[in-house]
Amino acid sequence: MKENNNLNHYWQKNIKYLIILLSIWALVSFGFGILFAEQLNNIRIGGFKLGFWFAQQGSIYVFVILIFVYVRLMNKLDKEHGISEE
Amino acid sequence: MDIQIWTYIIVGLTFALYIGIAIISRAGSTNEFYVAGGGVSPLANGMATAADWMSAASFISMAGLISFMGYDGAVYLMGWTGGYVLLALLLAPYLRKFGKFTVPDFIGDRYYSETARFVAVICAIFVSFTYVAGQMRGVGVVFSRFLEVDVNVGVLIGMVIVFFYAVLGGMKGITYTQVAQYCVLIFAFMVPAIFISILMTGNPIPQLGFGGTLSDGTYLLDKLDGLHEELGFASYTIAKKSVTDIFFITAALMVGTAGLPHVIVRFFTVPSVKDARISGGYALILIAILYTTAPAISAFARTNLIGTVSNKNYADMPEWFGKWEQTGLIKFDDKNGDGKIQYVGDPVKNELDIDRDIIVLANPEIAKLPNWVIALVAAGGLAAALSTAAGLLLVISTSVAHDFVKKQLRPDITDKQELLIARISAGGAVVVAGYFGINPPGFVAQVVAFAFGLAAASFFPAIVQGIFTKRANKEGAISGMIVGLLFTAFYIIYFKFVSPELNTRENWWFGISPEGIGTLGMLINFAVSYVVSMFTPKPPEEIAVMVDGIRHPN
Repeated sequence: MKENNNLNHYWQKNIKYLIILLSIWALVSFGFGILFAEQLNNIRIGGFKLGFWFAQQGSIYVFVILIFVYVRLMNKLDKEHGISEE
Repeated sequence: MDIQIWTYIIVGLTFALYIGIAIISRAGSTNEFYVAGGGVSPLANGMATAADWMSAASFISMAGLISFMGYDGAVYLMGWTGGYVLLALLLAPYLRKFGKFTVPDFIGDRYYSETARFVAVICAIFVSFTYVAGQMRGVGVVFSRFLEVDVNVGVLIGMVIVFFYAVLGGMKGITYTQVAQYCVLIFAFMVPAIFISILMTGNPIPQLGFGGTLSDGTYLLDKLDGLHEELGFASYTIAKKSVTDIFFITAALMVGTAGLPHVIVRFFTVPSVKDARISGGYALILIAILYTTAPAISAFARTNLIGTVSNKNYADMPEWFGKWEQTGLIKFDDKNGDGKIQYVGDPVKNELDIDRDIIVLANPEIAKLPNWVIALVAAGGLAAALSTAAGLLLVISTSVAHDFVKKQLRPDITDKQELLIARISAGGAVVVAGYFGINPPGFVAQVVAFAFGLAAASFFPAIVQGIFTKRANKEGAISGMIVGLLFTAFYIIYFKFVSPELNTRENWWFGISPEGIGTLGMLINFAVSYVVSMFTPKPPEEIAVMVDGIRHPN
């Protein structure tokens, strides 16, 4: 029973991480890069209009960061629940 | 030395390297043939995934495509990278824990159904063949342009090379050749990009030069928008497609990426769940290097090109212009007879037609880079095409030997016999792919939408539900896959083949083009499998146990 609770808690936590990370994923790509691109284009960083930058550069950088954050979070979670592989 | 000799030397060296690796890493068992024995380090797998993923189209055509699409090119940039987030977070770790060889393995076992497995096998084979034909053609095109041999001879040379390391080495041989191919292709892509960035903006990092200033002090993108306005083209940094369509195409490409069997299977090759997670990160960072550089090249090349040709005398054009004119990739028609090139948005007055592939292929010449750089681009294009072709051929041979023969027709065959069948089917697949490379079906370009749409509408929902809900049962999964698949297929076939004349925004459902319809197909799949699962019996108890098992690393 205790074992089961531990695993349930692990899974709930995992789902929570996924929801947060995937919301950011959707926000930068579909949000900033597509739906709000026109409004964001009024803001500029250097030679870039911000919406254009998110669509062709920024969202990709965020994607990379998201995966590495996820890896860190999950490795920590594995350890906390005593279910990492080594 | 001239370009020709450089090309022979560099391409020859890289080919010798690939074959050498293939001989060293021969496969001895089906486990090695299908998943490289599950012993690939996460970084090596990341590099192999990146090479597998970046095809001849990514290497040769994408920057050019974006250069003509402007902002709209973002559908490819975000679509073909964002899928890796889905893959790394929603699929890879769980499928690695599941620990078999293929996507149909998972679908068949999770949904305790041979029918489900069969549907998955058919999808996997169809998607992979669609893809591989284009790759073989890409090999032929690169050969013919750089080595001045016939396209078909080029395809044959490519077939021999791929045959050698795919049939001998299986996944093990492919993985380590792909690692080498990644290094070749990324080096070949970055060197000219860095040169051009320095030349135009003084900044050696193309991603920064993209937002930098030109020698006259104006920002590159402002200059480009200005040139576009002046010549009557649509603005470079503003959307031309509708927001809905961009949204749906991007989503279809993302989800399709995450559902492509040749990408998923790479995550079966690493030793642990932890490695599968980080491996997705490595893959994406290595892919992102090319995908963030490509749009910079697009903008540099576009600006450069307009500056070189617009309103200039035809007689004063540099040497590369004539050379590419001979190949038919540049076409000039002096409509008003003034001897000058009018390159403008108005199709009636426009006198210049430029093939998109030229942006990457001719960029080194346009920017007057040394000959060895041009040869390097040829080797890079070949590396990109060969690595993707090999990955796809492996999926086809695994589908035939493992999912079909071993799991459905003859479960009693030994490992040795299965390995032999896998080798024979890999060989057979090379021949079929080569045939399509030599006689490309006219619809190769159109069917790319197909591959992604089908992967999005069939595999992705079935796998995600298999992991995240225990309630999803075989009736739900099978009906979802079939309905999603048929819906997507009919929509694409209708607009691409049956009535291409109706393929315009007014006729599309909800303004979604055939390229983006996979997203809707995916949603329909999810909905159908949910509803059907609710009205049919729960999956057996052992399935719930299995799902629990894949949710945790140990």
